[in-house]
Amino acid sequence: MIEMQGVYKTYPNGVTALNGLDVRIQQGEFVYVVGPSGAGKSTFTKLIFREEKPSKGSIHINDLDLAAMKERRIPKLRRNIGVVYQDFRLLPRLTVYENVAFALEVIEERPAEIKTRVMDVLEQVRLKNKARFIPDELSGGEQQRVSIARAIANRPRILIADEPTGNLDPETSWEIMHILEEINQTGTTILMATHNREVVNRVRKRVIAIEDGVIVRDERRGDYGYED
Amino acid sequence: MSVGGITAMKIRTIGRHLREGRKSVFRNGWMTVSAIGATTTTLLLVGVFLAVMLNLNQFANSIENDIEVRVFIERTADESQVEQLGEDIEAINEVASVEYSSKDEELEGLVDSLGDEGKAFELFDQTNPLNDVFVIDPSSPSAADSIASDVRELEFVDEVDYGEEVVQRIFTFNEYARTIGLVLIIGLIFTAIFLISNTVRITIVARRKEIGIMKLVGATNAFIRWPFFIEGMLLGLLGSIIPVAAVTGGYYYLYYHLRDSINFDFVQLLPFNPFIWQLSGLILAIGVFIGIWGSVMSVRKFLKV
Ligand SMILES: Nc1ncnc2c1ncn2[C@@H]1O[C@H](COP(=O)(O)OP(=O)(O)OP(=O)(O)O)[C@@H](O)[C@H]1O
Ligand SMILES: [Mg+2]
Repeated sequence: MIEMQGVYKTYPNGVTALNGLDVRIQQGEFVYVVGPSGAGKSTFTKLIFREEKPSKGSIHINDLDLAAMKERRIPKLRRNIGVVYQDFRLLPRLTVYENVAFALEVIEERPAEIKTRVMDVLEQVRLKNKARFIPDELSGGEQQRVSIARAIANRPRILIADEPTGNLDPETSWEIMHILEEINQTGTTILMATHNREVVNRVRKRVIAIEDGVIVRDERRGDYGYED
Repeated sequence: MSVGGITAMKIRTIGRHLREGRKSVFRNGWMTVSAIGATTTTLLLVGVFLAVMLNLNQFANSIENDIEVRVFIERTADESQVEQLGEDIEAINEVASVEYSSKDEELEGLVDSLGDEGKAFELFDQTNPLNDVFVIDPSSPSAADSIASDVRELEFVDEVDYGEEVVQRIFTFNEYARTIGLVLIIGLIFTAIFLISNTVRITIVARRKEIGIMKLVGATNAFIRWPFFIEGMLLGLLGSIIPVAAVTGGYYYLYYHLRDSINFDFVQLLPFNPFIWQLSGLILAIGVFIGIWGSVMSVRKFLKV
């Protein structure tokens, strides 16, 4: 369970990205986070895996109090949360294979297990044939899929996806949605920030809409709700 | 360095760090070359200094150990007075042994030590101008001075000589050589550490973003640091190859060839074996130390992402 109470986030440059956020997400839920650009969607997700700290308010993940958490516990938190970044964040000098494997090396998985698991997830995102490429040799959509493969490689309890379909053609987008739903079926919580109206309207899930750093709408089976 | 992580590191992870460290050495191309160059230069100089210093040290020690205090007995002293003097000398602190040498023996020794030129002294055979002598072996070289002044207090002592000037010079020279050598070596080592850490830092600045990403994926600081540790160690090892080879070759030549062509009799070089293995080990150890310190130092501040 993810629980935020009265969360504010002001960046060092003075920009206030979150303005008093209260939210509760149960384990196993699939949640869309929608809202205009600059609303604070990415900031909201970054608080969960402690890339950013809240300026005020409390965040709990299960029994873990992120505000009180010690610095050295952060790696363990992050290993239980898969993240698909809006800007991919791939290691530029490693191959596709190595990028995905890295997430498993970090948790000291057995090499044989790493090999099969990496090939499995690359199969899932249809990138097996590009395993030896480095990120620069891939299209934006392909990089995004590597990022997804890395995020799901160690079967995290929570998966955060920031614009996972942002650079994909409609067909691949549906495939990605399919993968996310599959993962969700295994009990993983999914938090997906998105601008993709079609996906949100067709695959109905809980929708949280953020505007100017506050939640303006939270519906069980909501729609996208914005005119692009 | 701290290896503290979430769990104790597994063997397979060590393998992974070894691989990554090795890859990094190759991936960083000319950065690696310049880091190795800095280490090589340093270690060459350090190696030569060490070889010279250790030999000087050994040389000085052997001379110090040869120090003896010579007591010239007044020619007027009769047999029993000489005997008494010998007993008094033996009673002095730090006198290891005393030997009596008559003026005839002294003359013989003098003639022998001078070779052909000594023949002239044979004329003195009838009217030997030398004194009878007590030769004292001090228990330690530094005791010579106090023994000499104690002996001067005794009766029937004409003169005491232990080569004060030479001894003092050797002592001071040795002290200077040791200090200067150490300062130079330490200075060189720190220069190399600085050069390596700078080199590695440049490659890390490029890797700063990568380190950030690694941490977001859940890597601990130790996990990130290890490959750098290995990389530094490899840089140090690679940087030691030429110095070890050069010092070994040079010393071999000096010890087995040059020594015969120059009259080195009075200089006892440390024996090639085991000295060169000890020296090589020392150079390797310093190289590895330089490499590890240099690279670990530069990665430290980038871990606070
Ligand atoms: N690291 C940062 N430092 C300073 N300001 C930031 C930082 N990251 C985000 N912001 C600011 O915080 C606000 C919210 O940004 P955020 O990235 O959360 O928006 P978003 O909803 O994800 O937008 P988008 O849909 O374009 O991805 C913006 O005004 C942005 O300029
Ligand atoms: Mg965003």
